[in-house]
Amino acid sequence: MGLGIGELAIGAAIVLVAIAAIYFIAIYNNLVRQRNETRNAWAQIDVQLRRRHDLIPNLVESVKGYATHEKSTLDAVVQARNQAVSAKGPAASGEAEGLLGAALGKLFALAEAYPDLKANQNFLALQEELASTENKISFARQYYNDAATRYNNAREVFPANLIAGSFEPAELFEITVAAQREAPQVKLS
Amino acid sequence: MLEQIESNRRRSALIVVVMGVLLVSVGLSLGMFLTNDQGGAILGGAAALGVWMVMWLFARFQGDNALLQMAGAREIAKGDHPQLFNIVEEMTIAAGLPHMPRVFIVDDPAPNAFAVGRDPTKAAVAVTIGLLQILDRDELQGVVAHEIAHIKNRDVALMTTAGIMLGAIVLLADIGTRAMWFGGGARRSRDDNNQGGGQAISALVAIVLLVLSPILAQLIYFALSRRREYLADASGAAFTRWPEGLASALQKLGSSRTPQADQSRVTAPMYIVRPLAPGQHRNFTAALSTHPPLEERIRILRAMGKTADFAAYDRAYQQVAGGHVIGRRTLAESKPVETHAPEPIAADFVPPQPTARLREASDAYLAGAGYVRLRCPSCQALLKIPPQRQGRLNRCPRCGGQLPNAPRAAG
Repeated sequence: MGLGIGELAIGAAIVLVAIAAIYFIAIYNNLVRQRNETRNAWAQIDVQLRRRHDLIPNLVESVKGYATHEKSTLDAVVQARNQAVSAKGPAASGEAEGLLGAALGKLFALAEAYPDLKANQNFLALQEELASTENKISFARQYYNDAATRYNNAREVFPANLIAGSFEPAELFEITVAAQREAPQVKLS
Repeated sequence: MLEQIESNRRRSALIVVVMGVLLVSVGLSLGMFLTNDQGGAILGGAAALGVWMVMWLFARFQGDNALLQMAGAREIAKGDHPQLFNIVEEMTIAAGLPHMPRVFIVDDPAPNAFAVGRDPTKAAVAVTIGLLQILDRDELQGVVAHEIAHIKNRDVALMTTAGIMLGAIVLLADIGTRAMWFGGGARRSRDDNNQGGGQAISALVAIVLLVLSPILAQLIYFALSRRREYLADASGAAFTRWPEGLASALQKLGSSRTPQADQSRVTAPMYIVRPLAPGQHRNFTAALSTHPPLEERIRILRAMGKTADFAAYDRAYQQVAGGHVIGRRTLAESKPVETHAPEPIAADFVPPQPTARLREASDAYLAGAGYVRLRCPSCQALLKIPPQRQGRLNRCPRCGGQLPNAPRAAG
């Protein structure tokens, strides 16, 4: 019963500060969790992109034996692949992967003219692998973009934005479809 | 699906506790009934507690394997069925699961699929040969997405716990029934009359519990089952961005009349569609105890139009069935997503015929079951040699020619 008004006020202030501190720690931890999730999602895209790059030399090898006159298409695929391998960061790799996708599309369209190639077991297996890898890239991208959007939202809302200074916003990953950009350039002559 | 994950966690814990209470009361009353003194009752209760502990530990650490074995599933490697393996990997990525589930094939001509597992890091997906035979790649992707959603929403964790615990209750009730028929009668003759009242009461409790326990276990199943299927459909549509794949798969699964070999009461609620008993037709509109009506599930998926997010599924559900099915927090986070048609592998890609798919699927199952393939050098017959004949088969069973080496499965 010896507590005066002043002591009570000090006690209340301590409790309030403690609650605020716990609240901000929770927000901080949530941001860290979301940032890690975003990083993991990006790592998954990276794994799949590398897998795609690794498959392409095999594909080119198996096509070479059948389609000897299509050197320029094959070279274009190899070149696009090398550019994609050296691209860094979501924006640059998005563009390079778009170009690679277009070059691969041409290669598969060309394979239609070679029945022997289309019947080749190795080629068919590679086709399933590449198609599935493309799916995996797009699903990984889907998941990454969702995670990145969630993370970006979490760091922008109040009061998280007060302590989000050390958390860099995540860049979204879009694969630019080269075919769409090239389409208007077709000239009728 | 945060609400679903939380509710599944709560329900798993609830099941474990309720089953524990139930088992201990059955044990106590059985002990009382059989020995007719307090020491016996406590002994019975302690024994039941022991059974409960063992069952819980078993459900936690071996539940997935036990259920897979009950269904007759065999684990396959990537080389056995690359397409199925790839699809499971794709959906693992789309769902953001920390680990790819193990992949199993069940030797059953009825098309069906299920998933089991304790948590998302330790799970398995199993599909039947019949499913691989009748579905194309996009449909298979829809079904696998639905199963992966069950794993992600922790439905499988709950199902695995409930499945093993249900098995325990049914087993104990069976033992109790037998003890009553054969033990109870003999005791009555040498009893004195003082304790007749107490004995009658405990006998009554024992009978009530014995009758109630399977019903209660089944009731818990009903309570778990219905909504999770809609939620897994919604997640499946969101993961694939293509609700039509799952809708068309469900249509094919519903039209199949092949009865399923696995008719166990314990495994039935795990499947994507309820296993069909021999001579039974599937009723598209019936709301069955463990599964919502198929026709409704298909109509909701098709009413989603060109959007594939959770809010779109909720709108479609409202339109078809009325009310909400997706939790409020998930709806608040959901943002509009357009559907994305899967691209064919090549321009004039010809999908493989059902017979070719059947051969591929059964070969994959046989590889999972440890069979070895060998071509006979003299008659060119392709031999598939079961594990028990490996290392012992020297002559071709077709032409009698010498086989080059006695083959063995790797490992």
